[in-house]
Amino acid sequence: MPPPSELLLPLGMSVAAGLVGSIAVMRRMTLASDAISHVALPGVGIALLFHLNPLVGGLAALFAGTLLIWALERTTHLPTEAIIGVVFSAALAIGSMLTPGAELVEALFGTREAPGRIETVLGLVAAALVILSVIRARSHLVISLVSADLARTTGVSVSRVNLLFLLAFAVTVALGLRFLGVLLMGSLIIIPAATAKHVAGSLRSMQACSIGVAVLATLMGALAAPTLGVDPGPLTITVAAGMFGVSLVLRRPR
Amino acid sequence: MTARALTVDHLSVSFGKRRVLEDLSFEVESGSSLAIIGPNGCGKTVLFKALIGAIPSAGTIQWAPETVIGYVPQKLDLERDLPLTGRELLEAKAKVTRSVSGEVSRVLTLVELVDEVAGQPIGTLSGGQFQRLLLAFALMGRPSVLLFDEPTAGVDEPGEEQLYELIGRLRRAEGLTLLLISHELSLVYEHAATVLCLSRRRTYFGPPLEILTPERLQEVYGRPMRFHRHHAPA
Repeated sequence: MPPPSELLLPLGMSVAAGLVGSIAVMRRMTLASDAISHVALPGVGIALLFHLNPLVGGLAALFAGTLLIWALERTTHLPTEAIIGVVFSAALAIGSMLTPGAELVEALFGTREAPGRIETVLGLVAAALVILSVIRARSHLVISLVSADLARTTGVSVSRVNLLFLLAFAVTVALGLRFLGVLLMGSLIIIPAATAKHVAGSLRSMQACSIGVAVLATLMGALAAPTLGVDPGPLTITVAAGMFGVSLVLRRPR
Repeated sequence: MTARALTVDHLSVSFGKRRVLEDLSFEVESGSSLAIIGPNGCGKTVLFKALIGAIPSAGTIQWAPETVIGYVPQKLDLERDLPLTGRELLEAKAKVTRSVSGEVSRVLTLVELVDEVAGQPIGTLSGGQFQRLLLAFALMGRPSVLLFDEPTAGVDEPGEEQLYELIGRLRRAEGLTLLLISHELSLVYEHAATVLCLSRRRTYFGPPLEILTPERLQEVYGRPMRFHRHHAPA
């Protein structure tokens, strides 16, 4: 069983994932969210080529990709889903060519290797920033997702809110790269939120439930993986998917 | 002399090579009500979007100083299971606009929406309840102008009249300037002080008695248009 200090960062990451995911699902970014996490791969590959920390490369690529999608959205007025679909799928293809074979599996599915102290502290600070930013911008985000025109006449800068959310999303993905990799991290953001949406009747209950599912799945994945002899990342997502299945039974009537 | 709430001068809006609005000019007096009518695709909603600055336009749109706009869009593409209650949506606006405490309750009372309904997810509200919620949203922050795109979209017939009466009452009580888009010509005749009639050929602007004539409506809509005249125009 991992020592408690090794669980700190996964816990911070899962709280951020649950919170960001609740907004992403309400913004109908379910598929796009999965694709966004793929953009980290070219960054991981380039970092490995230059013997740098792959997480730093992944985060840089996520930031660059996020700014690219935000700029394309503003200039082309194409739907976010379409832009994300093209940009980030291309990133996955390029990333898989750049990343050395041995590290590719780790980059895609995460690693069992525990983070160092500096990485833990920086990661927790980043998770706190994501959580605080999303909570602070929650009202702006909510009005924007209901209607961009309503947001505009309320004095909300839709473009700025979109950028803030995409950056929060990118940092959350980066937080989970070590544990879940670029293929699975998007799932930890989306599955808990999609689960919560089935049972929640309000924003507050949706966010609480989404965070709860993300934290529970992460803890169960981290704690049970050594006993079962499997990697924590895939186990975490399997647990989350199981909870999603349960939520189908508990689904509130509509 | 009555103050002007809005002056639109030579307004044009194009999407690529397609010109939707061309050289449109009109004025709206403060505290009055303007109805915008016309066949589908003539640019009514586009005009509203230009007025709130949501789309680029050429020409001049000049709101009176200190104008606060409350906007009720035509139709929102919301998922039925969106986990967001009406009250949460109103609280979000209260937070963004730094409204005084009690503002949410005030606007809910104004639009006659009970707490129980406001506490339901917005995707589950009926057409009339949802329009009242959007009206409450628009009324937060004490707007001076209300833009209402199809007030009775998705509302059953008895509810249409009630909603128009509510809007008229609120306009008078809150001293609002009202701009509304509507297909309900009898209600337009009854509730609007002036009518802006948009069509692809030309635009008409004036009091309902002058604009809502059978000949002019036939010219604009391309078919005879009939409506009931219950009362004298507002």
